[in-house]
Amino acid sequence: MIEVISADRCIGCNQCVSVCPTNVFDRSGGKVPVIARQSDCQTCFMCELYCPVDALYVAPDSEAATGITETELKERGLLGGYREKVGWGKGRKPVASHGFMVQLSRRAGF
Amino acid sequence: MNETVKRGSLELKADVLVIGGGPAGTWAALTASAKGAKVVLADKGYCGSSGATAPSGTGVWYVEPDKELREKAKASRFILGGSLAEHSWMDRVLNRTYENMNRIGMSGYPFPVDEVGNPHRRSLQGPEYMRLMRKLVKKAGVTILDHSPALELLADEHGVAGATGVQTQSGEAWSVIAGAVVIATGGCAFLSKALGCNVLTGDGLLLAAEAGAAMSGMEFSNAYAICPTFSSVTKTAYYSYASFYYEDGSVVEGAGSKKGRSFIARNLLEGRKVFARLDQAPEDLQPLLRVAQTNFFLPFDRLGINPFKDAFPVTLRLEGTVRGTGGIRITDEACGTGVPGLYAAGDAATRELICGGFTGGGSHNAAWAMSSGSFAGEGAASYALSLGRHAAGRAPAGLSSSTLTHRKAQPGAASRALEYTAAVQAEVTPYDINLFRTGERLEASLGRLDRLWKEQRGQEVQLSAEGVKLRETAAMTATARWMYSSALARTETRGMHKREDHKAIDENQHYRLISGGLDEVWVKPEESAKESVQ
Repeated sequence: MIEVISADRCIGCNQCVSVCPTNVFDRSGGKVPVIARQSDCQTCFMCELYCPVDALYVAPDSEAATGITETELKERGLLGGYREKVGWGKGRKPVASHGFMVQLSRRAGF
Repeated sequence: MNETVKRGSLELKADVLVIGGGPAGTWAALTASAKGAKVVLADKGYCGSSGATAPSGTGVWYVEPDKELREKAKASRFILGGSLAEHSWMDRVLNRTYENMNRIGMSGYPFPVDEVGNPHRRSLQGPEYMRLMRKLVKKAGVTILDHSPALELLADEHGVAGATGVQTQSGEAWSVIAGAVVIATGGCAFLSKALGCNVLTGDGLLLAAEAGAAMSGMEFSNAYAICPTFSSVTKTAYYSYASFYYEDGSVVEGAGSKKGRSFIARNLLEGRKVFARLDQAPEDLQPLLRVAQTNFFLPFDRLGINPFKDAFPVTLRLEGTVRGTGGIRITDEACGTGVPGLYAAGDAATRELICGGFTGGGSHNAAWAMSSGSFAGEGAASYALSLGRHAAGRAPAGLSSSTLTHRKAQPGAASRALEYTAAVQAEVTPYDINLFRTGERLEASLGRLDRLWKEQRGQEVQLSAEGVKLRETAAMTATARWMYSSALARTETRGMHKREDHKAIDENQHYRLISGGLDEVWVKPEESAKESVQ
């Protein structure tokens, strides 16, 4: 589930507040949104993907918070990893256009 | 208790209201708009990220219009589906899917190209696809209401005429008076946290039933996905490369992603842990798999697991009717429901017409969503526009079976919603009730579900975010009752519906089961086309 919003990186665009399908975040008076309803998080990673500055981290465990910290995430280079793989962001090529899709479809049928 | 919540300030008029902004809803909005209808689309989350498609990747039933290829495509799952699919519907869906996929290619979807530069249109990446669909819907001039779940349909003596709901971020109510309504709210996965599925709580099924529509194929509702125990990512197809092991490393005989899911379920039921390792994937295929489903690998990468080399614990996560094929009964080619002004599309509608009683996997589901969405959007637009000047000045009333109120809710609504959710989940999640079915266990479960329905029935639901959760539990309870009533009536094993006490297929039951009703649930057989596919 969603665990971290990096205050260092967040630019207060509230994109995560808008795109979260289960309405987990609240806008706050300050610039960084609040994780207001963490237990409603369905671990779909969409907020992370839509964050333009890679400020969010969704831990894979959908049942319980792991307590991972921003420092750990930065050390392990985990912030923004999903968006990079999907190929969203300036100068990136969407993975949707990757030639491997054609090869896989021929070999495996999907 | 005279304290009131914020009154709705958002009141809109439209020709067509689409409820749900996933693939089916966005295609419905686009096609209705192309017919000249004024369209409003209301999504309970965010159109573009909500639902089962957006966070995932999916194959698409995209088949060149070549007679032989199409016949092969139709035959591929016909028997698996218990011979309940229909030739003419499969043809229509194959045609429309082909057309729609070409269209989104022209509209900017970045399909990969093959060696000779032809676009390869056999799959879609959910984030890319749904981001594009939102853009196209907006460009078409459709008004999108995000974070706006519908709480009840509105109708007058002529038929369905709109809906009301609540905007969960502002707390304000909304209402749209419309000539026709398309329900594209998805299936019901009972808040199991299957990927992207927690917005799919059967809401549209309840709305449709309250308007008098029926369900069909609700016995085909017991889809479970293979999933790591520590993750929400349900992508069963990749487990065709898996071997399954016990804790001591010995092989779980018979376990597999296709027909072997029941072996996994039986072991889990007996309290044994089951582990998977994708060790059947050839080394040169692994990079292709990684690229095609980036989200599949995300949890593993974050936890430092190499799923091709390391065994990891798995479970079966309920996908309910999202991957099951049951849903709102379709009565005509425009995806009408038999209720004037009410249309259904995507997972909210029955997918039996192209899949019969067995999940078609992602590719059929994606094809059904975009095709049925298009049929419904066009049908709803034609109907609404035919109303002409009669549409103005309608003053429809709400159809909710729960009493909706602007009054401040009784305290404890949130904890009641949690309690009811847990009670429904206790009936639909266990493999020994829902996957391995017997008359006795279904009947006992139905008794408990009926009591749960009665308990919720008399309670007021506030037009607020808390109220939304209570309507969700009512929808899940109703869905579970149609499921198990249908499962009880089908005394055979067909498609994904498995009866331990009736293990064989019974040719005398080669029909669809339609169901409906709120306080009294009914089930009856309906003829399906008796056809065979070569």
